[in-house]
Amino acid sequence: MTMNKPIRTIAIFLMALFAALLINATYLQYYAAGRYNDDARNRRVVDAEFSRQRGAILVGRDPVAVSVKTDDLYKYQRSYPKPELYAGVTGYFAYGGAITGVEKSQNDVLSGDDSRLFVNRLIDLLGDKGPQGGDVELTINPKAQKAAYDALTSLPGNVKGSVVALEPSTGKILALVNTPSFNPNKIATHDFAANQKAYDALNADPDKPLLNRAVQMALPPGSTFKLVTASAAISSGKYDASSMVPGGPTYQLPQTSGESGLIDNEGRDCGAKTVKFTQAMENSCNTVFAQLAVQVGADAMQQQAEAFGFNSSWFDDLQGTNGKTSLATSTFPKDMNPPQTGQSGIGQFEVRATPLQMAMVAAGIANQGTVMKPYLVNEVQSADSDTVATTEPEKLSEAVTPATAREVTKLLVATVNDGTASPAAITGIQVAGKTGTAQSGQEDVPPYAWFVSFAPADNAKVAVAVMIESADIPRDDIAGGKWGGPIAKKVMEAVLNQ
Amino acid sequence: MSAISPVRAVQQVTVFRSRRGAELVLVVLALAVGIGAYAAVGLGVDGHVPPDILGYGGWLAGLIIAAHITIRIVAPYADPVLLPVVAALNGLGLAVIHRLDLTRGDTSFASKQLFWMTVGVGLFVATLVFLSDHRALQRFTYTAGLAAVVLLLLPLAPGIGHEVNGARIWIRAGGLSFQPGEVAKVLLVISFAGYLVLHRDALALAGRRVAGVDLPRGRDLGPILAMWLVSLLVLVAQRDLGSGLLFFGLFLVMLYVSTERAGWLVVGGFLFVAGVMATYVLSGSVGFLTHVRNRFDIWLDPMAYYDRTPGSFQLVEGLFGMSWGGLIGRGFGEGRPTRVPYAESDFIMAAIGEELGLTAVMAVILCYGLIVERGLRIALISRDSFGKLMAMGLAVSLALQVFTVIGGVTRLIPLTGLTTPFLSYGGSSLVANWVIVALLLRISDHARRPLPDLSVPDDQDSLNTQVMRLP
Repeated sequence: MTMNKPIRTIAIFLMALFAALLINATYLQYYAAGRYNDDARNRRVVDAEFSRQRGAILVGRDPVAVSVKTDDLYKYQRSYPKPELYAGVTGYFAYGGAITGVEKSQNDVLSGDDSRLFVNRLIDLLGDKGPQGGDVELTINPKAQKAAYDALTSLPGNVKGSVVALEPSTGKILALVNTPSFNPNKIATHDFAANQKAYDALNADPDKPLLNRAVQMALPPGSTFKLVTASAAISSGKYDASSMVPGGPTYQLPQTSGESGLIDNEGRDCGAKTVKFTQAMENSCNTVFAQLAVQVGADAMQQQAEAFGFNSSWFDDLQGTNGKTSLATSTFPKDMNPPQTGQSGIGQFEVRATPLQMAMVAAGIANQGTVMKPYLVNEVQSADSDTVATTEPEKLSEAVTPATAREVTKLLVATVNDGTASPAAITGIQVAGKTGTAQSGQEDVPPYAWFVSFAPADNAKVAVAVMIESADIPRDDIAGGKWGGPIAKKVMEAVLNQ
Repeated sequence: MSAISPVRAVQQVTVFRSRRGAELVLVVLALAVGIGAYAAVGLGVDGHVPPDILGYGGWLAGLIIAAHITIRIVAPYADPVLLPVVAALNGLGLAVIHRLDLTRGDTSFASKQLFWMTVGVGLFVATLVFLSDHRALQRFTYTAGLAAVVLLLLPLAPGIGHEVNGARIWIRAGGLSFQPGEVAKVLLVISFAGYLVLHRDALALAGRRVAGVDLPRGRDLGPILAMWLVSLLVLVAQRDLGSGLLFFGLFLVMLYVSTERAGWLVVGGFLFVAGVMATYVLSGSVGFLTHVRNRFDIWLDPMAYYDRTPGSFQLVEGLFGMSWGGLIGRGFGEGRPTRVPYAESDFIMAAIGEELGLTAVMAVILCYGLIVERGLRIALISRDSFGKLMAMGLAVSLALQVFTVIGGVTRLIPLTGLTTPFLSYGGSSLVANWVIVALLLRISDHARRPLPDLSVPDDQDSLNTQVMRLP
C-alpha cells in the first residue's frame, strides 16, 4: 500500500527518539544523579542533610548536643542544652554546611553515614525509617569542665582565656573551655535571618568568641616553657633535680651587648653565680633557663620541643567548616642563633604554644615522659546506644626518659610547695606546677598569664594548662601563679575528688 | 493499490474484532492508576486519604466510562488501547497537579484541570458523535489552514495577546487565557493532510535526480517554503522555539510520507540547519533572537547559568529534583517538586521524576510511545490516503511534542516551552489532545471496521477475468 513504507521509516525514527528519551532519563536519574546530588547549590540535598535525625553528643549519659523534633521544614532542630559551657567542644551545626567542632569531625557518625553504623542503616532502610545518626560520647569530665569554666569566668572583667585538662596516661581531654564563649543555639536556629545576625555579631566581636582559644590560638608560653628547657637540660645528662645550675641576677645573651640582650629575674633570688635547680624553678629564674638553653643548644632544644608535639599537628577531633583541623600548630623556631636560643629557653622569641600543647607538655612529664595523643571522642554508639567503637589511647612520642621525667617532676613539686606556683597547692596531695607570664611583644597588649600543673605528682590523674590572654587585671598584677594557679587547682580538685 | 493482484488482496484482508471488552478492562486499570495516585497523594502529603476521594474518583471514572460507552456506540471498531492509556496519563497528571496544589496551599490547579478534562472529554464525545466519517474534514483543507494561521497570529494582536516568560503564545479574553497554538496544531494536521492528498502526485513525480536523490521542482517548493516562513514567524515573533520546530517538523514528515521522496527531507533538513545557523549567527545583533541563543547556551552548560537572569534555575532545579528522585523516587509528599517553577505545566515530568522516580518517568514515556505506536498503526491500516496522512500527522505531532518537552526537561535537547500532553496543567492543551485522540479513534474505527459486504458474486469475478481474456 502506498505511503506505508515512509510511515515505517518514520516509525523507526520516532522509536529512536523515544529510545533517546529513555536512555537520557536513565543517564540523568541513575548515572549523573550523584553529581547533581553533590552540587552545593542543590537545596534538596542540603536540606535533607540538615533534616536528619542527628545523633547526640554525650558527656557521660547527658547530651550536650541533641536533635529535637520540630514542625518546620527541617524536622529536627539541633539544640545545645549547656551552650556556652560546651561550645568549644561541640561547635555548631547550622544550615548550609556551617558545621564546626565535634559536630564536624564526627559528622558521618552523627548523621548516620558512617560505615560503622552500616548494620543499623540497613535496619532503618528495611523499617522504612529515615537514617538515624549514631551518638558520640566525649572524654570530657563534666565536673572538670564546669570547674574550669566557672573559675575562668569568675576572673574580673571581660576574660579572654582558655583551660585544657588531660588525663596524662591516656590523652583523654577532660576539660576544654574558652572565654568568652558563645551560644551555638543562636547559630543553629532555623530562623535564618536571626542566625545570620547572630553569626555576624559573633564574628565582628573584637573579643573573638568564635575563636577556640584552646586549640586555635598559639601564644608565647613564657615561663611555662621552662618545663621543656629543664627536660632538655636534664636529658643532656649534666644535671638532675639536686644539681647546681648557672644563675645570677642578670645574664647577657651571647653576641649581644646592652639592655636589649640583658636578661634579669625581676628581683627574684637566683644566686650570685650558680643556684640550686629547684630554687631556679621555684623562682622561675630567667637567667638560669636562658643559660641552660644556650648550653643545650638550638638543635637539642628544638628536638625536645618537637618531642612534646611542637611543629606538628596531631589532633583532628575539632574541625572547622572546611573539614580541616582547628588546631593551630604550636611552633618552636628552627636554626636559631645563640641569643635567640637563650630567649627561647624562657618561652619568648618566636616560641608559640596553644593551651592544649602546654597541657600536653605537663601531661608528658606526668606520664613518665610519654606523651599520649590527645582525643575528645571516647565512644561511638549506635542510635540504640550500643557501643560501636571505642577510641584506643595512642602514644604520640617519648619526650623524655622516665628518669628525666621524675627529676623534672621534683622541680615542679618544689615550685608548688615553696615557689611561685603555690596557689595550686592542694592539701594532702602532691601537686607539680609552673607559672608563666609571657610578654606579648606588643606595647599595648598586656602579658599573657599561663599556668601548667599536674597531680598527684607521682601518679598523675590530671594535667592542666590555663591561659589568660587578658582580663580586667592591672598590668603590674598580671601573674600566672596568682590568677592561673587557683583555676588549675579547682580543675585538678574536680578530677581528683570523684 | 493497482499493483496488488486480486488474489493477494483477498489474503491480506484482516478481520478486526471490536475489542471493546479489552478496552473496558484496560480502562478499569487506568482508573486504578489515576484514582490510586490521587489517594497516594493524600496519604503522602496529608497523611490520610483525601476526603473527596469518592467524589473525585466518581467524576474521573464517570468521564472515562462515558468516553468508553461513546466509543462502544459510535466507533465500535476503534483502537482499544488509546483511551485507557490517555486516561491513565490524564489521571496521573491530575494527581501530580493536586500534589503540587497541596504543598503550595494557594493554588487550585487540579480542580481547574478536572474542569478542562471534562470539557476535553465532552469535545471528545462530540467529535466522535458528530464526525461519523473523518473524510468530511477534507473539505475544510484551506479553511483549516487559514484558521490555523489566524490562531497562530492571534497572540500577536494587541489587546488580547499575552506574554508569559518571554513567549507570546497566549491570548486572554474575559479572565480566560488560551494557548491557540495547541488548537492550531490539530487544524494544521487536517490542512496538511488535505493539501498533500491532492498534490502528492505532482510533488512526487516532477523533479530532477541529483547525486542519487530525487529533488523536487522549484515551483513545488512554494508550499514548503511558505510553511518554513510561518514556522520562522512563530519562532521569531512569538519567541516560541518549540512550536516553530514542531510545525516545521510535522509538515516535513507529512510531505515525505505523502510523496515517498526522501528528497524533501534533504531540502527540509537543509532549511532547518540554515534556520538554526542564521538564528545563532544573528542572535548577537538581533534582539529577539537572544532568547533562543540563551536557551542554547543554557543547554550546553546549565550550571553556569544557575544564578543568572535569564538563567537556568528552572532547568537545574528540575535536574536536581529528578536526580534526587533516582530510580524509585522520594514518594508523594517526600520530595520538593514545588522548587521547580511551573512544575505543574512544562516541568511536570520533573515532579514525576522526583517523587515517583525513573520507574514512573519510563512508564510515562512508554505510554506516550504506545499512543504514537497506535497512531502509526492506524495510519498503516487506514484505507484512505487522507485518513492515513491525518493519523500519521497527529501521531507525529504528539511524538515530536513529547520528545521536545521531555527532552528539554531532561536536558537531552535545549529547553523549549511546550506542554506535556495529558499530564501538564493547561486547558487548551488538554482539550486539543482529547480531540486528537477522538480523531485517531474515528480514523481507526474506519480502518478496522469490516468491509461492507458488497455481495459480489464469485462468478462476477470470473466474468471479469473472462472479459479480460477477450482479445
